[in-house]
Amino acid sequence: MRVLMPDTLEEAYGMLAAEPLTPVAGGTDLLAHWPGNHDARKRAYLDLSGVSGLRFMHWGDEALTLGGLTTYSDVIWDSRVVEEFPLLADAGGQVGSIQIQARGTWAGNIANGSPAADGVPVLMAYDAVVVLGSEEGDQEVLLADFYLGYKKMRLRAHQLIRAIRLPRREYDFQRFVKVGARNAQAITKIGVALTRSEERWRVVVNSMAPTVRRCPALEAMLDEDRPVSGPEDLLTAIREDLAPIDDIRSTAAYREKTLARVLYFDLKGVCPSFA
Amino acid sequence: MAHDAREDTVHVEFTLNGKVVSVEAQPADRLLDTIRYGLALPGTKEGCGEGECGSCTVLLDGLPANSCLVPTYQVRGRTVETVESLSEEDVAPLLRTGATQCGACTPGVVMTATWIRRHPEVLEAQGIRALMAGNLCRCTGYDGIVEGVEALVARETGG
Amino acid sequence: MERREGISKLLGRELYIDDVPMDRGLWGATVRSPSPRGRIREVRFSPDVNWDEFVVVDHRDIPGENHVWLIESDQPVLAADSVRHVHEPVVLLAHHSREMVHRAVRSVEVIVDPAPPVLDFRLPPGADGIQHGTDNVFSHIVIRKGDVDAALADAPVVIEGTYETGAQEHVYLENQGMVAWIDGDVVVVKGSLQCPYYVHAALTHGLGRAEDRVRVIQSPTGGGFGGKEEYPSVLALHVALLALKAGAPVKMIYDRPEDMAATTKRHPAWIRHRTGVDLDGRLLAQAVEVVFDGGAYVTLSPVVLSRGLIHAGGPYACDNVRIDGRAVLTNSVPFGAFRGFGAPQTIFAVERQMDKIAEELGMDPVELRRMNLIREGQSTATGQIIRDGADRLEVLDRALDLSAYREKQEEHARFNAAHEDLRRGVGLSTYFHGAGFTGGGEVHLSSVAKVEARPDGRIEVLTSNIEMGQGTLTIFTQIASESLGLEPDDVVIAEADTFRVPNSGPTVASRTVMVVGRLIEKACADLVAKLGDSDLRGPDLKQAIVDWYRKHSGGVLDGAARYEPPPGTSWDEDSYRGDAYGAFAWGACVVEVEVDLRTLGTRVLDVVAVQEVGKVLNELLARGQIQGGVVQAIGWALMEECVWSDGAMVNNQLTNYMIPTSDDVPPIRVDFLEAPYAHGTGGAKGIGELPVDGPAPAVAAAIEAATGTHPRVIPVTPERLMELYDGA
Ligand SMILES: Cc1cc2nc3c(=O)[nH]c(=O)nc-3n(C[C@@H](O)[C@@H](O)[C@H](O)COP(=O)(O)OP(=O)(O)OC[C@H]3O[C@@H](n4cnc5c(N)ncnc54)[C@H](O)[C@@H]3O)c2cc1C
Ligand code: FES
Ligand code: FES
Repeated sequence: MRVLMPDTLEEAYGMLAAEPLTPVAGGTDLLAHWPGNHDARKRAYLDLSGVSGLRFMHWGDEALTLGGLTTYSDVIWDSRVVEEFPLLADAGGQVGSIQIQARGTWAGNIANGSPAADGVPVLMAYDAVVVLGSEEGDQEVLLADFYLGYKKMRLRAHQLIRAIRLPRREYDFQRFVKVGARNAQAITKIGVALTRSEERWRVVVNSMAPTVRRCPALEAMLDEDRPVSGPEDLLTAIREDLAPIDDIRSTAAYREKTLARVLYFDLKGVCPSFA
Repeated sequence: MAHDAREDTVHVEFTLNGKVVSVEAQPADRLLDTIRYGLALPGTKEGCGEGECGSCTVLLDGLPANSCLVPTYQVRGRTVETVESLSEEDVAPLLRTGATQCGACTPGVVMTATWIRRHPEVLEAQGIRALMAGNLCRCTGYDGIVEGVEALVARETGG
Repeated sequence: MERREGISKLLGRELYIDDVPMDRGLWGATVRSPSPRGRIREVRFSPDVNWDEFVVVDHRDIPGENHVWLIESDQPVLAADSVRHVHEPVVLLAHHSREMVHRAVRSVEVIVDPAPPVLDFRLPPGADGIQHGTDNVFSHIVIRKGDVDAALADAPVVIEGTYETGAQEHVYLENQGMVAWIDGDVVVVKGSLQCPYYVHAALTHGLGRAEDRVRVIQSPTGGGFGGKEEYPSVLALHVALLALKAGAPVKMIYDRPEDMAATTKRHPAWIRHRTGVDLDGRLLAQAVEVVFDGGAYVTLSPVVLSRGLIHAGGPYACDNVRIDGRAVLTNSVPFGAFRGFGAPQTIFAVERQMDKIAEELGMDPVELRRMNLIREGQSTATGQIIRDGADRLEVLDRALDLSAYREKQEEHARFNAAHEDLRRGVGLSTYFHGAGFTGGGEVHLSSVAKVEARPDGRIEVLTSNIEMGQGTLTIFTQIASESLGLEPDDVVIAEADTFRVPNSGPTVASRTVMVVGRLIEKACADLVAKLGDSDLRGPDLKQAIVDWYRKHSGGVLDGAARYEPPPGTSWDEDSYRGDAYGAFAWGACVVEVEVDLRTLGTRVLDVVAVQEVGKVLNELLARGQIQGGVVQAIGWALMEECVWSDGAMVNNQLTNYMIPTSDDVPPIRVDFLEAPYAHGTGGAKGIGELPVDGPAPAVAAAIEAATGTHPRVIPVTPERLMELYDGA
C-alpha cells in the first residue's frame, strides 16, 4: 500500500491526474474492518487531511458552503447552522457516535455512495450542489442528480469533492426522521428528509433504493395537496419512487409501511390534505 | 512541500500525551496499532475494529475519535491523548460509581468522559446517555458509567 | 469496598492477553470450514504462498485424543475427515507477522463434499440428517411430579401457548485470546478464560500429557458471561498445538467477526406449555415441552438443558408437573453457556404463559402470580421443598411499589387515549434462579480453596475462580479480610495459575461467592486454628503469623477447605427428583415501554428489578451485576438477533448485531431483599445470573399491554411487532 500526502489542492489535483488514487478524508468508511480488508491494503491512497483550506464553513449572501473536509462535528456544534439548517445538525448528530461525527466528513458521506447515508438526504432536501474540483477546474452538480446507481456517481477519478453549497432559503417545514435498529449508532433502515420552501416540497429517502433519492411521486402528492386519509394512501407513490429490499437489517415490507406511517403521522398536522 | 511516501514507511511526528513522538509507520498502520504495539501503550483497546464499540477511543486534537479508524499518517502534527495521560485523581469518581467492571471498554469510556468533563457545555445540547452511546459496555448496564460522568462533571463545575 | 483492580482498569493499566508483548513469538490463525456439513475432500494450499515460512498444524499433529474434553467426546479439536458446521476449525497457521498469517488463511481452501445439513432445530431431522445417535438428540430429560395427564383431563380450563427465543451472542468486549509457550517440558497456556481447570483437562487429553506438564494461567478477562466457559478449551488446544510444533510462543487473538462467527452463543429455544388451571387461576397442571438447539456438537448442552428444565415451571407451586426437554443437533456453531444457562429461555416461556392464562381467565397478571408463587413449605417441579425464609410475595410487592405499577397503568390509559402514534404499557415478571451447580454437581466437583499466610503477615487466597468483571477479586478480598479481621491490603488474591491454585471449580453458575466464598471462610478458619488459638484476628493474627514464620523457617502456614454439601440435601439424577440447588434467589421485574406506532419500535422507559439474594455482600458490585444483566436481557428481548445462513451467523459484526447503547436503556432501578442463606458466604446466594431471567418476559408483557399484541417470540424487533400489530 502507498499513500500520497499533498499539502495543497493543486498538488492533490496533480497527483489524482497522474494515477488512480483513493482519497482518504476521515477514514470512517475506508478503515472499518481494516485489518481483515486485505484488498484495500493493496491500493494507493491520497490523504486529504493535510490539504489546507479544505475544511471550512463559509456563509455567503446566497449560500452556505461546506468544505470538502468539513466534519459532522464542525456543523453540529455550530449554533448558526443549527438555526438556519437544522436538518444538518439533526442528521449529523445521528451519524454513528460522537467519535464518528468528529472524524466523518459530509463529502465522504456523499462520495461513499451508500444508500444508507444520513448526511445525503438532508443535503439533498436543501438542494445542495456538489462542487467537484480537478486540474480542469470546478464542475458543479446538483446533489439530486449526482447518483447514477448503486455506488455509481458523477465523480470522476481525477476529481475531488471540493465543497458542498447549500442555497439559503426560507423553509416553512423541515424534518429528518431516521429509523434504525436502536436509538443511537445504528445504520438507517428507513430515513426521510422533508423540506418545504415556497410551496414546494422536497422528499428525500435513504435506505429504500440503490441510492439516496428524491421522491417525485410523493413530492407531487404533497405539492398538489392530494387527499391522504391514512398511511396506505401513500403506498402507491412510495412504490413508484422507491425499491426497498429485504436485507440483513430489515425487510422491504417493513420499510414501505414504516415510511408510509412516518410520512402520514409527521405530516398530518402540517398538510391540510392529510386527514 | 508534499510528502511522497513511495517508500514503505511514513515519518509521523505528533504530540502524544504531551510529548512529541515520532514513528516510522507503515501506510497501513492504524493509530490504534501504532499506539498499542509501536509505542507500547496498551491501555487503548481494540473491541471491534469497525468504529462501533469505542474501546479504542482517544482524544485527537481534543475530540474523541476511534483510533481503529484513524490512519497513523493522518496524525502528523496533531495531538493525541490516551488513557495513559490520566491520573488516579482524574478517574476516581468513576471508581465510586462502579463505572468499570471487566475493564475492556473502560479506557475508551474514560476518554469520552474526559472530553465531556472538559466541555460540560455540550450537555446543554445532548444528554450523557446520548454522548456516551459510542462506547459500548456489556457489563455495567451503563448506570455506573452515566453516574460516573455526572460525578466528574459535578466535580469540575463545582456542581 | 470499592473494586480492587478498579483504578488499574480505569487507567488502562490492567494487562489483558493482547496487551502483553510477546518475545519472538508467532501469531496464530485458523482455517475454517466453508460448509455446514460434509466430508473433507481436500485441503488445498495455494502455491502462491511460501508455506515453509509458516507453521502448519492439522489433525495429524494432535498428540492426544482429537476431541475437546467435555461431557462427550464428539467435538474434534481440528476436523479430520468431516465437518459439521461452517467455521469449524480445520487447519492452524502461525507466522511471525500477524498480517501475513491472516492473509495466508485465505490461501488455504478446504474443499468439502457437501451432505444435507440440519438447520431447523424445531423440525424432526430427515433420515439423511442423522449425525448423532439415532435421532440427533444430545440429551433428553423428563421431570415428573404428580399426575399431569389426569390433572389436565380434570382441569376446568386448559391453556396452551408456544414460545420461542433466539440465539444471543455474548459480546464480551475483549475477544477470545490466548498465548502458549513451552517451559522445559511444560506447555503453558495463558489467556482470557473463566475455568482454568476445564482448559487444563482439555489440554491434558488433547495433548496427551500428564497433568503436571500442562499449566494454565488466567489473564485479566474482559468479560465472559459464559462465553469463556467452554470455548477457551478449543482455543487453548489450538494455540498449544501451534506452540508445540513451532517450538516458540504463539499468540492467537480473534477479531470481532471471527469471535462472533465461530464461538458459542445462547441456545435458541422452542417451548410449549399446556397448563391446567381452576377458574380462580390456581395452577393444577403444567405440561411443558422444551427443545433447545444444541448446534453441531454436544458441548455443554445437556447441562444447559437441565438447568433450563428445572426452571421451566417458574417460581410457582403446582402439584402436577411434567417437563420434557431435548437438546438436539443442528449443523450450526455449537451453542453453549451464557449467563442464565438455559433458565432465561424457559422463564421467558412460563412468564408469557402466565400472562396468557391471566388474559384468558380475565384475571390480573399480578394476582395470578400472587396466588401461585411458592410459599414456605411448598415445592418446585423437582420436589425441592422451599423453606428459606424468603418472602416471595414481598419481592413482588416491592417491585410493584417501586415501579408504581398500578399508577402507571392508569397513567398509560390516559396517555394512550391522548396520543395517536404512541402507546405505553407496563409488564411484570417473577422468577427464580438456583445458585451453584445443579443437583450433585457441587459434590462431584468437590472444590478446594486455600489460603496461605506470608511471612510478613499478609494472607494470600488461592482459588481457581477468576475475575472477569463480576468482582471476584474484591469480594474474595472482602471475605478473607472480614473473616480474619485484616485490612483489605493485607489480602492478596493469587493469580489463577493451575501450578499454584487448587481446583475450586469453574467461575460459572453464580457459585463463586456463595460456594467458593464459603470455602475461603473455612480455609481462613483452618489457618487460624493451626496457630493454636481460633480467636486470633486482626493485628494479633498478623503478629502470630510473623512469629510462626520466625519459628518455622522454610515452612508454609496455610489453611484449606473442601466443599461439603449442606446437611439434609438430596438429589436423584436418574429421576430428576430432589434438591436441585442449595438455594434459589428470587426476583421480580417491572418494565415500562413506549411503542412508536409509526415504526413499531420499542423504547424502554423504566425498569425496576427487585431481588432476594440472601445477603448483599457489596452493594456497589451487586447493583452493577443486576444492572448489567438486565440490560443484556433487554437487548435479547428487543434487538439482539443472529441472522443465519447455512447455520453460520452472517451479521457477525457489531454494526449488524446490535447490543444496547447507553442511549437505549433508562436507569435500571435495583432493590434487594435479604433472607440469609445458612450455607452461603455471610448468608449470600448467587446473584450473577438471576438478573437475566426476568426482563425479557416483562418487556414482552409491557409491549402486550401497550399494543394489544401477544409477543411470543423474541427478540420483538420492530419488524416482528409490525407483523403482529398489523395482523391483530
Ligand atoms: C461505526 C460507524 C457508524 C456510522 N454510522 C453512520 C450513520 O449513522 N449514518 C451515516 O450516514 N454514515 C455512518 N457511517 C459512515 C460515515 O461515517 C461515513 O459515510 C462518513 O461520512 C464518511 O466520511 P469520511 O470522511 O470518514 O470518509 P472516508 O472513509 O475517508 O471516505 C469515504 C469515501 O469517500 C471518498 N472521499 C472522501 N472524501 C472525498 C472527497 N472530498 N472527494 C472525493 N471522494 C472522497 C473516499 O475515497 C471513500 O471512497 C458510520 C461509520 C462507522 C464506522
Ligand atoms: S475498536 Fe475501534 S471502535 Fe471498536
Ligand atoms: S466494563 Fe466490561 S464492557 Fe464495560
